[in-house]
Amino acid sequence: MTDKKIRVLVAKPGLDGHDRGAKVVARALRDAGMEVIYTGLRQTPEMIAEAALQEDVDVVGLSILSGAHMALAPRILELLKANGQSDVKVFIGGIVPDEDAPRLKEMGITGIYGPGASTEDIVKDIREAIK
Amino acid sequence: MIFTQPVLEGNRLSISRLLTQVENDTPDGRVALAELFPHTGKAHLIGVTGAPGTGKSSLVNQLTLYYRKHASRKKVAIIAVDPSSPFTGGAVLGDRVRMRDLSGDEGVFIRSMASRGSVGGLAQTTASFTQVFDAAGFDVIIIETVGAGQSEVDIARLAHTTIVVEAPGLGDDIQAIKAGILEIADILVVNKADRPGVENTERALRSTLELAHPTKRVFRHHGQAMSIDAPESDTNIWIPPINKTVSTDGKGIPELAESIAKHIAHLRQSGDWALRDRARLGSELDAVLQEELVNRFFERVLKDEYDAIVDKVLNRKISPYEAVKLLLNGNSEQEQ
Repeated sequence: MTDKKIRVLVAKPGLDGHDRGAKVVARALRDAGMEVIYTGLRQTPEMIAEAALQEDVDVVGLSILSGAHMALAPRILELLKANGQSDVKVFIGGIVPDEDAPRLKEMGITGIYGPGASTEDIVKDIREAIK
Repeated sequence: MIFTQPVLEGNRLSISRLLTQVENDTPDGRVALAELFPHTGKAHLIGVTGAPGTGKSSLVNQLTLYYRKHASRKKVAIIAVDPSSPFTGGAVLGDRVRMRDLSGDEGVFIRSMASRGSVGGLAQTTASFTQVFDAAGFDVIIIETVGAGQSEVDIARLAHTTIVVEAPGLGDDIQAIKAGILEIADILVVNKADRPGVENTERALRSTLELAHPTKRVFRHHGQAMSIDAPESDTNIWIPPINKTVSTDGKGIPELAESIAKHIAHLRQSGDWALRDRARLGSELDAVLQEELVNRFFERVLKDEYDAIVDKVLNRKISPYEAVKLLLNGNSEQEQ
């Protein structure tokens, strides 16, 4: 049996046009030995959930800079659950005000990372969450 | 968990979970594969390969759209293989980015695979993935591979129809005559055909094909026509057509679908379909056999024995060939 690789979906939901951060994270995860499926820009929650299912990912990383996280996060979590993938861990990276973090964690978001977050921390947290 | 039954029913989560089991070679995965195998052999496997930047993913996107709209809504599975880093073992799998038009369609399933160390263009378990999709009822399985150059030819052994994608301006004249990737093509596609240089690319490819499959040609030499006859040839030979496409807007896609259809017809009529299946399954069998034999050997041999023999080779006391003889013949020298 081969060692199981961690598969991560890095997705840009909504109308964000900037994906440099998402690509930096994607490369860091690759360098940490993970398999990263990158969706590209302007993904709907339905497209993200569909990709998560087809790719049987362990983690979904959402890159959200537009401030729409309070609408997008619950929708995506809901779709993952409906598809039988409630064990998938969802992380959010981007611009998320501190006051929104507790509510997001309550909804089921595993980790939230703002600008300047270290990729080492993200890698460590993913590995911890998957155990 | 054994996913055989739900996969046969087409349950998408089960298909996805089984693919993961197969990729990681788990015991449950092996059981399901064995149970599903009698249900395989119906799907048409199409390989798409070519150098990076030639537009393979958008071509696959357009071709799939075409099959879903026109070809009695065939169910299409897409396996997109990208390279793993040889140093970190990780990968960024980005082929889905070009296939957003296919989202929301229940008759399409896209799965990305990392090569995980394999060098022939496919992952070790790609063939098994096609068996899962075949058994799950997909009519067409498109395998898009890493096509960085001339060594990526695994795809020709796996697929019924292999499409090699070229694009203008990639140093074509010399590339066209290098061995390997062009020889495996059943269909040649010149994508990005709206770019300058497309005629040169087409000419270079056509002359490479002519070298392998000469046809009757007429030359004008000092104003006088001279004709050169083709050698006696079997009319059953398939000569790879050259299809020009612009994958970003779908130009040339219906013609490509027709070339593919003609190729399947040729395979069936000429008996090549059966021959290729035999060759393909034969090499899959051999690959599994080799791995099993090596595993059994290492189960049998003691670590100390093995290390002692490696030390002897290291100290130049025996050659690697002699070492293998010792290992396989059960070490009679050690016992003395």
